[in-house]
Amino acid sequence: MSPVVLDSSLNQGKPAPVEKRPTLEVIGLKKSFGTVEVLKNVSLQVAKSEMVFVLGRSGSGKSTMLRCCNRLEEPNSGDILLEGEKITGRGVNLDRLRRRIGMVFQSFNLYPHLDARGNVTLALRKVLKLSRDEARARADTALARVGLADKAENYPSQLSGGQQQRVAIARAIALEPAVMLFDEPTSALDPELVGDVLGVMRELKQDGMTMLVVSHEMAFAREAADRVVFMADGEIVEEGPPEDLFGNPQHERTRAFLARYSQ
Amino acid sequence: MTNLDRFIETFLNGTVLAKYAPEILQGVWVTIELSVLIVIAGTLWGALLACIRAYRIWPVSFLIVIYADIFRALPPLVLILLVFFGLPNLGVTLSSFAVLFVILGLTLGAFAEEIIWAGITATDKGQWEAARSTGLGFTQTLGYVVLPQAVRMVIPPLTNRAIAITKMTALGTVIGVPDILNQATTAQSFSGNASPLTLAALAYVVLFLPFVILSRWLESRFAWKKG
Repeated sequence: MSPVVLDSSLNQGKPAPVEKRPTLEVIGLKKSFGTVEVLKNVSLQVAKSEMVFVLGRSGSGKSTMLRCCNRLEEPNSGDILLEGEKITGRGVNLDRLRRRIGMVFQSFNLYPHLDARGNVTLALRKVLKLSRDEARARADTALARVGLADKAENYPSQLSGGQQQRVAIARAIALEPAVMLFDEPTSALDPELVGDVLGVMRELKQDGMTMLVVSHEMAFAREAADRVVFMADGEIVEEGPPEDLFGNPQHERTRAFLARYSQ
Repeated sequence: MTNLDRFIETFLNGTVLAKYAPEILQGVWVTIELSVLIVIAGTLWGALLACIRAYRIWPVSFLIVIYADIFRALPPLVLILLVFFGLPNLGVTLSSFAVLFVILGLTLGAFAEEIIWAGITATDKGQWEAARSTGLGFTQTLGYVVLPQAVRMVIPPLTNRAIAITKMTALGTVIGVPDILNQATTAQSFSGNASPLTLAALAYVVLFLPFVILSRWLESRFAWKKG
């Protein structure tokens, strides 16, 4: 690795000072599947209202890193802090934690037996224990935010991919999470439907949502992200503002990746 | 007397039919009662076991699998005879109705457990992840997200199995349950004529045809296109 000095590498291995705690903090994360080391000491911070994009080829560990952030995947070592509170290790109430971390999946994962509103209200009713009316009002607000107020009674099978992903986003934001994780949110979409989902993400950013996004949408990253992180072989190779990372990549692997994807 | 006359005389004898119809009707009620109880209890029992198995506590899952395999392997008639004639030796006496209900209920439960379990394992892993990522617990995810999908997925095999097993209520005849077949064979003995059996066959068709049609309706009602 070249001796590029990065913001995050200054803090590598220790939590940030209390006064400017980031919303999400990943410290020295390691994860192996059998003998394959998927994450080798990954550290990353996402400040409040920041949108951080994670780029990298498939197999670079970026999705695994994201999935460790709400512990769908258990890291072997390292810590994750949410608003300064340690969420890794034993004794953490995962269900309590996860309602503060929204997640959007590549394959949407909407509940096919519930309509759009039902998809959003389920956790509001069963996790937040809201009344039927409160849950419904909050779900309709969330659906309106993603531009689907008129689709509340449609079932997932009656919605396009882009609409399904927007319902999935509504399902997550309705819980008012501290941070949203996006795992390749547009990779399963037809090209003409990508724009709607990115549009919703742009609006969320404008509303101050904190977001960590794993995606191949380079143009969107360049335009909307506050910071871009490039991962390869389970490590963060380079990170910085999009204009630096795209305009003047320091590392050979970053350049190779960008050259391949900008073709 | 032509062959046809002889056939009608033996199997469609109007006098015999009229005389024994009320008894067979009584049998119909017994069969309906048993069938409904077996379907409800067996399906719920199977669903409960499949849910318990989802927690993957291995000694518990192991016991469930042993139970399901034994009850799927043994002919229900063997169990019915064994329990009805064997249990009194242990000081437990169950009515023939109760024995038939318990054995067929447990048999349907064994099949239902396997069928619903297959539905649970076939439900996309992403459904679990999505539900858990919103803070729903394991049991909530199972109950509100996975089970409803699993059950819908397996309604066709489940209804087929339920029909196959409720038809086995006819086995109650051997231990004296006054079901359709028993009433008919008794009537046959008394009358020396096979017409009550024809009536029994008719009763089974009238009884099970709506059941089959209902299952078709359930299949279409709960099917949905994969989005």
